[in-house]
Amino acid sequence: MKLIDHTKVLKHMKPRIVSNIFFRLLFMAATIFGLLILGILLYRVITQGIGYLDFQFLQNLPSRKPEQAGVKTALIGTIWLMGVVAPVTLLLSVGTAIYLEEYAQKSRFTRFIQVNISNLAGVPSIVFGLLGLTVFVRALALGTSVLAAGLTMSLLVLPIIIVASQEAIKAVPKELREASYGMGATKWQTILHVVLPAAIPGILTGGILALSRAIGETAPLVVLGLPLFLAFLPKSVFDMFTVLPMQIYNWTGRPQEEFQGVAAAGIIVLLTMLIIMNSIAVFIRNKFQKRY
Amino acid sequence: MNATIEKPRVRLVMTDTNRDALQNKELVYKTSELNLWYGDNHALKNIDLDIYENEVTAIIGPSGCGKSTYIKTLNRMIELVPGVKTSGKIEYRGRNIFDKSYGVEELRTRVGMVFQKPNPFPKSIYENVVYGPKIHGIKDKKVLDQIVEESLKGAAIWDEVKDRLNENAFGLSGGQQQRLCIARCLAIEPDVILMDEPTSALDPISTLKVEELVQKLKKEFSIIIVTHNMQQAARISDKTAFFLNGEVIEFTNTDKIFSNPADKRTEDYITGRFG
Repeated sequence: MKLIDHTKVLKHMKPRIVSNIFFRLLFMAATIFGLLILGILLYRVITQGIGYLDFQFLQNLPSRKPEQAGVKTALIGTIWLMGVVAPVTLLLSVGTAIYLEEYAQKSRFTRFIQVNISNLAGVPSIVFGLLGLTVFVRALALGTSVLAAGLTMSLLVLPIIIVASQEAIKAVPKELREASYGMGATKWQTILHVVLPAAIPGILTGGILALSRAIGETAPLVVLGLPLFLAFLPKSVFDMFTVLPMQIYNWTGRPQEEFQGVAAAGIIVLLTMLIIMNSIAVFIRNKFQKRY
Repeated sequence: MNATIEKPRVRLVMTDTNRDALQNKELVYKTSELNLWYGDNHALKNIDLDIYENEVTAIIGPSGCGKSTYIKTLNRMIELVPGVKTSGKIEYRGRNIFDKSYGVEELRTRVGMVFQKPNPFPKSIYENVVYGPKIHGIKDKKVLDQIVEESLKGAAIWDEVKDRLNENAFGLSGGQQQRLCIARCLAIEPDVILMDEPTSALDPISTLKVEELVQKLKKEFSIIIVTHNMQQAARISDKTAFFLNGEVIEFTNTDKIFSNPADKRTEDYITGRFG
């Protein structure tokens, strides 16, 4: 058989190798572009804000004077918000994921639910803000409280955690379930002792990443009407509060030049929180990941 | 073992019963007119099989003949597959396992199963063995310790793992994992052990160990084993059922089926002419 002319093949060699190198460089450039932008952002924020960032900044209430302004109310408010969002979303989403994956019969109805959960994950956050305003703030008369904002944020991240939890549950090998059922375990015992321990790293990773999204989200809270300036701390979930992104938004809108620096310092605090949370997610994933 | 009193017959189900009644062996499983469908696919057709105490019953046949389906029906594991329908009866110790009042969990506390691929839990060796007893509500640490020792000894793996009971079961070799799975199954003190191609993922030496184990275990348990390996069936079983296209073609003593099969199709399969 002489269907391939090897001199021709050799002639083609060079353009093939050139395009190979070209695409490698192209993809590398794409990666470097993202890194560069991130670097510029971090550089600007840190050089602008580092001067205002000290222990006092974390301790002080907001103020009209830039040198006295602090993030205490916003920081504590963000922690309060997480205190509502984390338990509500984890309970609801893990419950939903377990039901859909383990109990529900695969029917047209469950497929319908599935598609809609995925759709909800793509709904713009401002729409969730409007929903929260109508339902929690007005209809349930919760006002601009921690609870109202927390429930709104929970709705926003719920679909993300449900999908992540479903994936984690699906990844548990069927052989492990069979082993458990084969010894006479009930469905719930199997879920509790076999499925959840294996799925929890995935569920928590998805959960923490979704919570970091909730921390940075501003639009729905603007719609809810959270105060931009608040000089006291919430004492319960029914109290008014504000969060870091709102505080930063407020500062960037101030006419004084100094407040730009204060806002940058606020961004550093917010980014630090995000990095800590993402690190926890990575840590959990590496520590508890099990091989099968 | 009783080949001398064997008479030639085509479907030996009923006559075997007579012979075993003479031996005072008790009936464990009585399958009558079992049919099973996966959706529209008729996977088991009018199965009649009697399984006796303290025997090893091997089920052989080509891929897709329904042998795995049948063994999974015996502990109703098959119901995990969506769209499965059954008709007919399987009596376990005189009670129809398809009765509404018969809970699957209850059945499975008496009928243990060992799977094709070793499937230990991602837990310690100790935790793997006590999983079943704990599920059934045994909490006493002393009892659990004893169960672990006896089950691991029963599965001939105690000496290999006694010093590392708290290590992860994934650290064991494939053959050790499979014997651990057998120990885990023994820990619930079953009456019957179902084995679905338990050595197909193992090397020859591990296979031999599992086969020796099966010989030892049949003194206490009734064992039903599905195998692709005909030499294995010939080596370890007392009775053999040959399945083809969802039907039982022949079911009789192992030495008889391998030396003098009654059906042409059995002969063709055993001699390697197809399958």
